[in-house]
Order: sequence, then structure tokens, then C-alpha cells
Amino acid sequence: MTVVFKRTKGLKDIPTHYCPGCTHGIIHRLVGEALEELDLLGKAIGVAPVGCSVLAYEYFNCDMHEAAHGRAPAVATGIKRVHPNAAVFTYQGDGDLASIGAAEIVHAAHRGEKITTIFVNNAIYGMTGGQMAPTTLIGQKSTTSPYGRDANHAGMPLKVSEMLATITGAVFVERVAVDTPSNIRKAKKAIKKAFEVQMEGKGFGIVEVLSTCPTNWGLSATEALKWLRENMIPYYPLGNFRTPEEVK
Amino acid sequence: MSKILMKGNEAIAAAAIKGGCKFFFGYPITPQNELPEYMARELQKNGGCFVQAESEVAAINMVYGAAGAGARVMTSSSSPGIALKQEGISYIAGAELPCVIVNISRGGPGLGGIQPAQADYFQNTRGGGNGDYRLLVYAPATLQEAVDLTMEAFDVADYYRNPVIISGDGMIGQMMEPIEFKDIKKRELPKKDWITDGTKGEREPNIINSLALDPAELEKHNIRLQEKYKQMEKNEVRYELYNMENAEVVIVSYGTTSRVVKNAIAALKEEGINVGLIRPITLWPYPMKAFDEIPNTTKALLCVEMSMGQMIDDVKIANKGRLPVHFYGRSGGMVPSPDEIVGKVKEILGGER
Ligand SMILES: Cc1ncc(C[n+]2csc(CCOP(=O)(O)OP(=O)(O)O)c2C)c(N)n1
Ligand code: SF4
Repeated sequence: MTVVFKRTKGLKDIPTHYCPGCTHGIIHRLVGEALEELDLLGKAIGVAPVGCSVLAYEYFNCDMHEAAHGRAPAVATGIKRVHPNAAVFTYQGDGDLASIGAAEIVHAAHRGEKITTIFVNNAIYGMTGGQMAPTTLIGQKSTTSPYGRDANHAGMPLKVSEMLATITGAVFVERVAVDTPSNIRKAKKAIKKAFEVQMEGKGFGIVEVLSTCPTNWGLSATEALKWLRENMIPYYPLGNFRTPEEVK
Repeated sequence: MSKILMKGNEAIAAAAIKGGCKFFFGYPITPQNELPEYMARELQKNGGCFVQAESEVAAINMVYGAAGAGARVMTSSSSPGIALKQEGISYIAGAELPCVIVNISRGGPGLGGIQPAQADYFQNTRGGGNGDYRLLVYAPATLQEAVDLTMEAFDVADYYRNPVIISGDGMIGQMMEPIEFKDIKKRELPKKDWITDGTKGEREPNIINSLALDPAELEKHNIRLQEKYKQMEKNEVRYELYNMENAEVVIVSYGTTSRVVKNAIAALKEEGINVGLIRPITLWPYPMKAFDEIPNTTKALLCVEMSMGQMIDDVKIANKGRLPVHFYGRSGGMVPSPDEIVGKVKEILGGER
């Protein structure tokens, strides 16, 4: 029998703790596959965030470093400066990256830090039980926006990719989604590209991945994918936001 | 080797490089700026790296990453900046990583001032970060001592896999003194086989971490950390005893203030009053045993600090209720004069003279 699909060597053979239907699992697999296919596992040093993916250090089959909430880009900076040839990446949620760690991500990009950031945007704080994130959509209910997010009170949802694309040091900025097989393939391509850009020493790369949180959205797994498609993609358009000539 | 005249901040930076420091991450704050500036000039030259972080929070987390990656790494700051670093310090202590942190302290609270103060005693020895952790804290009184301790601090940090703080005040940072870079005693260090430098496909992945969701596991980790701290208490205590023979009063004082105290002791001696000094060199572990060497001529202890009395708790614990404990302190960047201390000693002995 020919094997058509198997576990990537990029992930350890242990069960994850994610809720059923959560797309964190898919994103983990894509990162693992990208590292394996680029033959980077032996060179990879990942930085796990605080959030639902806090235990990512248990799952990736490479050296891992756990960081404080939001500080992963600074930790990755320290690692990369010590090991300039390593494939250093951060894996961060939207609360982690866009709220408490907004300064760290902006300045890692600003320095053109040669790291890769996988930014999982599920428009909510998953781990702490569904509070509002900077990325929560207008009208979206969360435990701390119980009447729906009001722009007048909480501001507009933060468009991280658009913001980072204004920074010269950020040489690869792309937003993808993991709601359909074809989008998943595009997501994988973007993740691989972000690692390649790093290994070529060109600068900072980030892939924003629109992801689901069926648990805190109060939806089934399939409804959550539909909600992502119908609500998130219109506000957070998919596509490449920055790839300067020298990186193409 | 001949002596050279250097400013404190630069001398500490130079000593760090001699101690093997290759990486420095910091953010400007007075009165320690000459230290990162020296690192910016010198580290690149020997294959190291200086990064000016966007904040103290980022700087200490860069230290966290670099220490996990196996480097000899340092950061420096002053009081409000150290306050911001506390989050990272707790993580570094929790993950048991070696690094050296310099606090050239100034008056507080809040933005305070920029003149020397010792009001970070609690911050340095108790820590503002969360959880059950301890840091080894050196408090040099001279630039030569600052240089010697800094050079050694990297070995000590590696030996225990623990952050070490060099606690100096703005005076130590800003003054100039002749110093000599002496060879220090090297320790036999454990192999760094736990670092994140990429598996190269040759070993199982390493994980640097301070999270333990299982309470039993976290308690076990904490018990192990305490055992390590006990080793530090046993092996790393340092202090100086000065003029203790027949002392009527023993002053307890560290760092810059202890130098003023020595002048006061000389002045008192001329008047026939014998006063001794216990000078803690490690603020943690605190030199409790130095207090067993107090002579039976001593009638009282006097704690002298440039703070409103932060070390007095430790003095009282070490004294075990044996002698009355007095306090004299200046704050906000005011440095006590020898005359003030002479006056206080006479006041304590007042009834009898
Ligand atoms: C300093 C600090 N503040 C707050 C927390 C609590 N906390 C843990 S996870 C989290 C939110 C994470 O949300 P996000 O980054 O969006 O990730 P998700 O859980 O949605 O995947 C918060 C606030 C913490 N651990 N540390
Ligand atoms: S809480 Fe949400 S983001 Fe977290 S694992 Fe569950 S579904 Fe995923």
C-alpha cells in the first residue's frame, strides 16, 4: 500500500490538548511540515507563547523555549543573536502578539530581526476563557464585550499584518486562513516562504493565520469555519502585504 | 598588571567582557548609561553582540533567550528599569538560566531622582517578580571590588544556573578609581547540555521552560530550587569585618555607605570611641554568621543605609534579638556624611558619655 499521508517529523508523536475542531492543530502541522520539508528541524529553535498554544514546546520536534506573555519576539531575538544560523520562530496568539506583546513584535520587525513569526488570529482570548482581543470583530460578543465589541468604546479590530507591512524590516508579511483545503495549502506555502526568507538572512517574516476558537465562539467546528469565512476574512483580507523586490 | 583609572560603569562593563560576557541587551537609563555604551563599542569586536532593546521588558527577555541559547549574557539598568525587568527575572530564575544583571540604583519610589540611593534593597534581595525564587546579590564598595565580583559573577551564574545581580548605586557607577584586572579563580563548571542551539538531528529536543501545570511537579521544582539556594547560603556568603576589636557599637552598612562609615569610624577612634563595621558583600545570601563575631564589648548595632531602612529587617534577623538595633539613613539621593554618622553613634552611646 502506498502511504498518501503521514505524521510529519516536525511534530512529536504525542496528543495535543487543543479543543476538538480547533485549528491550532492544523497550524502546528503546517509549521512542522514546513520545517521538515526545508530540512530545518535540526536547526530550528521555536519560542512558544502564553495562550492556548502555551504547550507548543511539547509538540514541535525541535529545541523550544517558553516565553512570558507577549515576549516571544524578544526571547527569539536573544536566541537568534546567539545562533545566527538557526531557524528561529515564534508561535503566538492574537492576545499575546497584538495586545501585551505589541511593542515586542513591532520592534522585532523594526530591527529586521531574522526570525519567523506564526501569528494565530482567532479574534479572541482562548485560554483565559473567551475575553475580547485587540482583533475581536465589531459586534462580536466575548466575555468582556458582552454586548458586542463597540468601536467607540474598544477601538476598531487591529489589523496586524497591514500595520507590520509598513515596517521596512518586515520583508515578508502574509495573511492566510485554514478554513478550506486550498487555503491550507496557501498557508503552508506562506509559512515555508517566511522560513526561507529568514534563512536567506533577508529580515523579519510573519504569517498571520486566521484560526478558529469553536469553544469560545460557542460554535461547532464546521460552524466556526463558516464564521471565520463569513466574518473574519471580509475584515481581515487574505493575501500578501509585503514582499519587497529583493525578497521575491 | 598595572592599574588603570576607569569610571565605575565602564569598569564593570570591561570586567564583564573579561568574565566572558559576549551578549548584552539593555535600554538607556541614568546613571548607568556608560555601561551599555561601552558594550556597544566593545562587544562586536570579539564576536559578541550588543542590542539596544525597545524597553527593559524586552531587554531582559532577550537575555532570557540568549541565556537559554547558551551564551554568557548580561543586562544593566537602574531602579525603575530593574522594576520592569522583574517579570523576566522571575522567568529566568524559574527556568534556571545563568545571567548577570547590574543595578546601578538611584532614588525612588517612582521616577524618583538620578542621584545614588540604596532603596532597591528589597527589589534586589526579595525580588519584584512572582514566585519562590532567589538571586545572588553582590554589593561592591569599591570599583576594584566591583570589577572582581563582576568577572566572577559569570562563573557563579553558570555554576548555579541562576541570575546574579551586581548591586551598585549611582556613586559606584559614576565615580572613577584606579583598578586592576586580576586573574580570578575559575570554577569547575557543569556542561551546558540543556541549551537550545538546535538538535542538529543528534539529540532529543531541549526545552527551556518555567511552566509546570501539575502542582505536584511545580512543588518538586520549588523544593529543588530551595536546595540550590541553600547551597548558595552555605558557599557564597561574603562579608568584611572591620575594626571589630572592643567595638562599643557595630555598624552594619554596605556599598558606598560603608565607605562613609569607615571615615566615621576613624573620626570616632580619635575621640577614643571604638566602633566596628560588618559590611555585607553578598546582600543575598545575607551574612548572618558575621553577627556571631560581634564582641561582647558591643552595646548596640547601627544600620546605616541610603534608604529609609530596608536592610534593617535582615540586621534584626541576624542579630537574633541580642542587642538593640538602631538606624540611620538618608534617602532620595542624599549621601550621609561621616559627621552625621559620628553624631548618631554618640547619640546611641549618649547616656554613658
Ligand atoms: C502577564 C500575563 N498576563 C496575563 C496572562 C493570562 N493569559 C494567559 S493566555 C492569555 C490570552 C491568550 O490569548 P491569545 O494570545 O489570543 O491566544 P489563544 O489562547 O486565543 O490561542 C492571557 C491573558 C498571563 N499568563 N501573563
Ligand atoms: S479555547 Fe479556542 S483556541 Fe483554545 S484550544 Fe480551545 S478552541 Fe482552540
